[in-house]
Amino acid sequence: MSVFCEVPQAAPVAVFKLTQDFNNDPFLKKVNLGVGAYRTDEGQPWVLPVVKKVEKIIVHDDRLNHEYLPILGLPEFRSAASKIALGDDSPAILENRVGAVQCLGGTGALKMGAEFLRRFYNGNNNTKTPVYVSAPTWENHNAVFANAGFEDVRPYKYWDAEKRGLDLAGFLGDLESCPEHSIFVLHACAHNPTGTDPTQEQWELIAEVMMRRKLFVFFDSAYQGFASGSLEKDAWAVRYFVSMGFEMFCAQSFSKNFGLYNERVGNLTVVARDADNLKRVLSQMEKIVRTTWSNPPAQGARIVATTLNSPELFIEWKDNVKTMADRVLLMREQLKAKLQALGTPGTWDHITEQIGMFSFTGLNPKQVEYMVKEKHIYLMASGRINMCGLTTKNIDYVAESIHEAVTTVQ
Amino acid sequence: SFLSTLTQTMKGSHPHHYSPALFLYSSWWGGVQMGPPDPILGVTEAFKRDTNPKKMNLGVGAYRDDQGKPFVLSCVRKAEALIAAKQLDKEYLPIGGLGEFTKACAQLALGADNEVLKSGRSITVQTISGTGSLRIGANFLSRFHGGPRDVYLPKPSWGNHTPIFRDAGMQLKAYRYYDPSTCGFDFKGALDDISKIPEQSVILLHACAHNPTGVDPKPEQWKEIADLVKKRNLLVFFDMAYQGFASGDIDRDAWSVRYFIEQGHNIVLSQSFAKNMGLYGERVGGFTVVCNDADEAKRVESQLKILIRPIYSNPPMNGARIATTILNTPDLRSLWLEEVHGMANRIIKMREQLVAGLKKEGSTHNWQHVIDQIGMFCFTGLKPEQVERLTKEFSVYMTKDGRISMAGVSSGNVGYLAHGIHAVTK
Repeated sequence: MSVFCEVPQAAPVAVFKLTQDFNNDPFLKKVNLGVGAYRTDEGQPWVLPVVKKVEKIIVHDDRLNHEYLPILGLPEFRSAASKIALGDDSPAILENRVGAVQCLGGTGALKMGAEFLRRFYNGNNNTKTPVYVSAPTWENHNAVFANAGFEDVRPYKYWDAEKRGLDLAGFLGDLESCPEHSIFVLHACAHNPTGTDPTQEQWELIAEVMMRRKLFVFFDSAYQGFASGSLEKDAWAVRYFVSMGFEMFCAQSFSKNFGLYNERVGNLTVVARDADNLKRVLSQMEKIVRTTWSNPPAQGARIVATTLNSPELFIEWKDNVKTMADRVLLMREQLKAKLQALGTPGTWDHITEQIGMFSFTGLNPKQVEYMVKEKHIYLMASGRINMCGLTTKNIDYVAESIHEAVTTVQ
Repeated sequence: SFLSTLTQTMKGSHPHHYSPALFLYSSWWGGVQMGPPDPILGVTEAFKRDTNPKKMNLGVGAYRDDQGKPFVLSCVRKAEALIAAKQLDKEYLPIGGLGEFTKACAQLALGADNEVLKSGRSITVQTISGTGSLRIGANFLSRFHGGPRDVYLPKPSWGNHTPIFRDAGMQLKAYRYYDPSTCGFDFKGALDDISKIPEQSVILLHACAHNPTGVDPKPEQWKEIADLVKKRNLLVFFDMAYQGFASGDIDRDAWSVRYFIEQGHNIVLSQSFAKNMGLYGERVGGFTVVCNDADEAKRVESQLKILIRPIYSNPPMNGARIATTILNTPDLRSLWLEEVHGMANRIIKMREQLVAGLKKEGSTHNWQHVIDQIGMFCFTGLKPEQVERLTKEFSVYMTKDGRISMAGVSSGNVGYLAHGIHAVTK
């Protein structure tokens, strides 16, 4: 009699199932607009040239070994990564009140932050503190916070489906009416899945309410540099909040902007009131890390640290990032242009107004089903497409298929 | 607006501070206590500060060569070169990890021709080394194990076992294991305690090279334990962090795991490649659940993925790729077996030399346990006061429980160590 005979089959994670279905599809013109990873115009994964260069440096460096990293990670990675988010000249860094925890990707950084908050924020072990995530948001946000023990993970208004843009009034309304001390997960840039970000003025309004109502700021920054092509521009919101004096967390991922997806390179940047608070926070973070993964993987962090800490390599990296961002921007322009040329009903400005890897096309579930089943174009049921899946070779087929879906399926 | 008015006011009166929040609110973290210092790290910190040229760090839980240096295995360097030449992409691994790795990992533990693997009635997921494996396992048990929430650890066990299981929502109990009067296995005490464990509880067993004592049951003793555990209907959680590293023989070190499975225990198993492949910082491990049948294994797999996703989404590639290349490339596998044998042998030799050294110093104590114990660690039997003297007078750093890492001992310093231990115990 097995102890596990009662274990039910769990549903597969949707985005990975999509890729699996795509892989199994024999149709020649199939297109994968599902999972969020960059692709070249040949539809291939792209290992950044600077990464290849640095890997060679690492493999030939006989001084390096595979010893354990410290619990909080590689020191030169942590400080360089935080500088990337906050800016080299960040007053908070100069005031010694910024620290970091190297984590396993952006997910790991969110997890560590969530576990810390559940234990120490708003009283001890207060699992009832509401955690707000945008409607919609990356599907794993809910699970990260719920699994960390938070009992009340709620949506805040964000996407206005009708006008295909930010529901600012709804967002601000939720900020005004939520319980004090609620935790808000904010997308630093290139909102996933909508690609719709607040403007700078809108961020200022959001910050004001959050300050006044003592809400906790938890940024998720998975696309810095990848969104606009500029590190500074993509970090504007994070830096603005820091300048306003918030204590906050920022979960950073280097999966996309370094193309280091499978090496799990992430950083939880902690901005505290002062150095003493920071010290105590980090000491408790160590305890949480120790029972989760003990210490983080070395390879990816080494690649990032080497790159960020070398003036020449840093420039080369920024260039590689711009290459990716520019290709995405080009695909956005071209998709919009083609849909307009086809006379596809509706407005398509949102495709170029949205930013980053993803676009919320506005296709409804029936239209999405048509795209997948009839046209072998794989996208999420929400209508989200990964712009990186578009190439100069398939963009006509995709545009025509969207046209068909919109005009023949209601 | 509220903020801009405040900012203007602040800028006026405090031109160097323009963050209004810094003045309005105290920290969220005022009540956060300083976490207690890690006992082992504390040892290393103190060691670093010591200026005595003869100082020894015997706290370190990582292998060192006879020059006291970290050892990167040749098979690892060769595997890295092979991998670099392949110019692989960096796409996300599946949640459960690299398929080739999990297969090789399971085969290493269970034996390639194990009926369990042939029937497909087990599932192995790639984890963040041993800690990550234990944590996923603990989370899985916490969510799906219908039995008591108690996990029985040997007394003593690895210090991190307790907080891992606790953070996963399990409760900790203990069974007798180490006998301080013999510096050996308290077999009678273990059987006695195990016979009283409530049915369906979880019992954790160290497959080989028990940490921290180095004391392992003999095969006949394992057989009796397996029998008793079956009678009590306990769920067995094996922690195997030292396969190959203990005796030098990977099959011998996995014997207990394979025996239990043979006897019909559907075990869960954590594996680490930190020590036996020297891949410490690359975080390579596996978690295996042996099920009744392939269907159950599929269901368990789906739930393990649900557990993994909100922690770190999917595991890191680098170390798993290295381990797989070594395990699946015949030349590299042979080289690895040689190197692992070499590491184990050096440890064994140091044990012998330490005892010989103590005899030479004129010690009349029985130091046989130093040779009988196995793996990286040795429970010397030193009392806290003796440990303190050893540290203060001889700059030999170790944990208060008298545990030393044999990896920190070399032919160059074993004589000095013998001298110091004799001085504080005569």
